[in-house]
Amino acid sequence: MPEVRTAVDSVDRRLIARLHGGLPLVDQPFAAVGAELGLPEQQVIERLQRLLDDGVLTRFGPLFQIERAGGQFVLAAMAVPAERFDAVAAAVNARAEVAHNYRREHALNMWFVVAEATPEAVEATIVDIEAATGLEVLRFPKEREFFVELRLPLDADPPPGAQRVTG
Amino acid sequence: MSLDDFDRRLIAATQAGLPLVARPYDAVADALGCSAQQVRERLAGMLAQGLVRRIGAVPNHYRLGFTANGMTVWDVDDEQVDALGAAVGALPGVSHCYRRPRHLPLWRYNLFAMLHGRSRAEVEQQREQLRQLLGVHCRADDILYSSAILKKTGLRLAAAGAGSPFPSPRRASTGPRARHSPTEA
Repeated sequence: MPEVRTAVDSVDRRLIARLHGGLPLVDQPFAAVGAELGLPEQQVIERLQRLLDDGVLTRFGPLFQIERAGGQFVLAAMAVPAERFDAVAAAVNARAEVAHNYRREHALNMWFVVAEATPEAVEATIVDIEAATGLEVLRFPKEREFFVELRLPLDADPPPGAQRVTG
Repeated sequence: MSLDDFDRRLIAATQAGLPLVARPYDAVADALGCSAQQVRERLAGMLAQGLVRRIGAVPNHYRLGFTANGMTVWDVDDEQVDALGAAVGALPGVSHCYRRPRHLPLWRYNLFAMLHGRSRAEVEQQREQLRQLLGVHCRADDILYSSAILKKTGLRLAAAGAGSPFPSPRRASTGPRARHSPTEA
């Protein structure tokens, strides 16, 4: 990690934890959140800006679940030969429909998510990727969702060697 | 549920994030040429419909110290998987839990649960909890640790009107070699 970044302090953690619960739909929502936490509105805004600028937060705003409007996300996996990995990653990532892509330690070593407006469009994208790479793509559409949301224990700095996440 | 023109414009205006100003809904309303009240009411409606999960912050788990991320996968009895999946999803440290199709003989696992911890040892402890919970109903399991994030972008809907309502190009939020753990997939 070449960059020197500011530390996340306990106030930041409380703010992030509070914002897991959602930003109020009021005229001045940062003032409302600040009132709950004992922070001035301007400090809430400045802290959020800093956390975004530093990459501690990747996004702040509405989190859309587009499947409710007919869209589809499909998890997909490929077994990519090591010597072709970077080229295949570049080809996959070049597709705007690919939202996430992770390298994982497994024979199936590339796992990515294709997001499109319809299941047919997802399938077309995956077929294109198979054609472009010459590799089979395994499709893992979600058949059922049990839980999506991680609440990390951010209220306080954890003790070193904390045994488990208790979120 | 289908999106109308206002919905699409509202999504396009906010999917990259809300403006960090004192009156963010007013700022969105100004961009859309409507009232802040309309923005808030539609967002409230989208929350009620589940089209918006929440309005909040997406943390980079890695930057918060949760540097170990393992996708656990389980081969669970088809008759039991839905009940057990709900129980797995309720365990601490699980961020996502889905039932997905098997691809035999290559892939036997039908339950996926993403685990996050401050170390692989912590993730392995969580995995052991899952193993105990699933008990005899699980025939085999595996864990796939992420070794690099290759791309991570949020949902990108194009603005209303032109062509596909779906993703428009956007740079990845981290470089190709960033070591990182995923947030919401």
